[in-house]
Amino acid sequence: MRYVIIGNSAAAVGAIEAIRQHDTEHPITVVADEPYHVYSRPLISYLLGGMVDEARMAYRPRDFYTRYRVETMLGVEVTQVNSQTQSLMLAGGGVLTYDRLLIATGGRPFVPPVPGVDLEGVFPFTRLDDARQIARYIERHHVRSAVVVGGGLIGLKTAEALMARAVRVTIVELADRILSMTFDRTASRLAESLLRRAGADVRTGLTVKEIVERQGRVEHVVLQDGERVECDLVVFAIGVRPNVGLVSNAGIPVQRGIIVDRQMWTGVPGIYAAGDCVEGYDLLLGENRPIAIWPNAYRQGYVAGCNMAGAERVYEGGFPMNSVEVCGVPTISVGITDPPEGDGYEVLERYDREALSYRRLVLRDHCLVGMICVGNVDRAGIYTGLIRARVNVAPFKDYLLAGHFGLISLPREYRKHLVVGEGIEV
Amino acid sequence: MKRIYVNEEYCIGCRLCEVYCLTQHSRSKKIIKAFKEETPRALARLVVEEEGPLSFAMPCRHCEDAPCVAACITGAMHRDERGAVLCDEERCVGCWTCIMVCPFGAVQRSIAGRKAASKCDLCYGEHTPVCVMHCPNEALVYEERT
Repeated sequence: MRYVIIGNSAAAVGAIEAIRQHDTEHPITVVADEPYHVYSRPLISYLLGGMVDEARMAYRPRDFYTRYRVETMLGVEVTQVNSQTQSLMLAGGGVLTYDRLLIATGGRPFVPPVPGVDLEGVFPFTRLDDARQIARYIERHHVRSAVVVGGGLIGLKTAEALMARAVRVTIVELADRILSMTFDRTASRLAESLLRRAGADVRTGLTVKEIVERQGRVEHVVLQDGERVECDLVVFAIGVRPNVGLVSNAGIPVQRGIIVDRQMWTGVPGIYAAGDCVEGYDLLLGENRPIAIWPNAYRQGYVAGCNMAGAERVYEGGFPMNSVEVCGVPTISVGITDPPEGDGYEVLERYDREALSYRRLVLRDHCLVGMICVGNVDRAGIYTGLIRARVNVAPFKDYLLAGHFGLISLPREYRKHLVVGEGIEV
Repeated sequence: MKRIYVNEEYCIGCRLCEVYCLTQHSRSKKIIKAFKEETPRALARLVVEEEGPLSFAMPCRHCEDAPCVAACITGAMHRDERGAVLCDEERCVGCWTCIMVCPFGAVQRSIAGRKAASKCDLCYGEHTPVCVMHCPNEALVYEERT
């Protein structure tokens, strides 16, 4: 019995930790194209911005692989999965056989086909190497200004990191506002004003039409409306798509991402998949779709690992959730935050401009299905718990946005379950 | 493993748990110094909620399957050899993902000094957590339940 994991990030770690809870005996091999000890991908913007150093990038301690008895093949690319022979072809000609395989290949950055994307000074931003290369490029070429393409959370973190390196930033976002996927209009406007105050320029409703060079390096970009923005650096931070190139001809079902059941099984004997490469179960929509976030990747990997080791486990499902500081102001957004008008949704809001605190709750059928907290994020997880547990909030709706909202506001039964009961899985 | 359990029926909202927790996590571990001299003042690692006659303290549950450990983006939130869920404040970057996923609201922001998640550590090194030890009413108990 041999476990093989392709990929070496959150889902892989979740799987390793799960497998070793149930099987301390059989070998686990991790194969990944990045030649590094497992690191925290969300921290690459912190690294670029100088907020953490390389030593703090490690997602698990240095002795992780030894302690969990994992054989690593890092810096090795898998070129083909053969489910008939239960083997992987490796770049350079090696072959690796498996009994249980986890595909945890993550996402690949989406870079639109814009003229000039191949120029020197244009980067994606999803990997440790991207952060290192951008940092090196900034130093070597004395970069003073940059265009960040993408006004989502990744784009914002990229912009902040660059500003921390004294680079002037213009954020270009296709939608009519930044953070349109995670925030409502009020929160987006708040975030935009914070960014502007920090010195960033924000251009919405626009794309980059062309990246123009001078002596082979980026010199400016042309926006869709013809405007020219001078910059020495362009970073594409639009987000990721499921990285499924490897499995497209292995008989593993793929739509946008790898299709899996609630046990993270692909339907092909012995092959599981987890993380940003899959379409996992969305608890709020009741259907499968890719949600590329770190907590889901770990949880899916964990569930896959249990099932790979023969301990049946079901993925309860996830939903979008992000906790990110924007220019020093904490923000949390969970679930459905900006539903269409009417349509059976009810929205509760409380905005305290003085205290820079905004909370928005979205309800459907008397259950909380989404929330945004900006400024004051304390105890926001109680809302997340209500969302996940589908608690009928109608009896205490009026307390949800009260200043002293806490477990004490909850109905006795649910509260007792939380306060008196064991720690629970959520 | 032994965990802290809450009996809200016995809690009278005296907040001694909070006082001793804060003191335990201060630099001096001396009650007067902790409250009156140390700046920034240490944080109590539990939250006391109170409304009318109802009150209870809410420390971390050290969940078997802890959402904060699963969700932590840096690996700072981890489980130690006792099974306790701890935050390695050196590795924490203060992204507050743990706050987003804890249904108990048992993780707090420590922002006075270096930003880091602040939570119950079961009074590492002590035989019994100080909140339990100083609770006059057994509203907090430390025991093994199956």
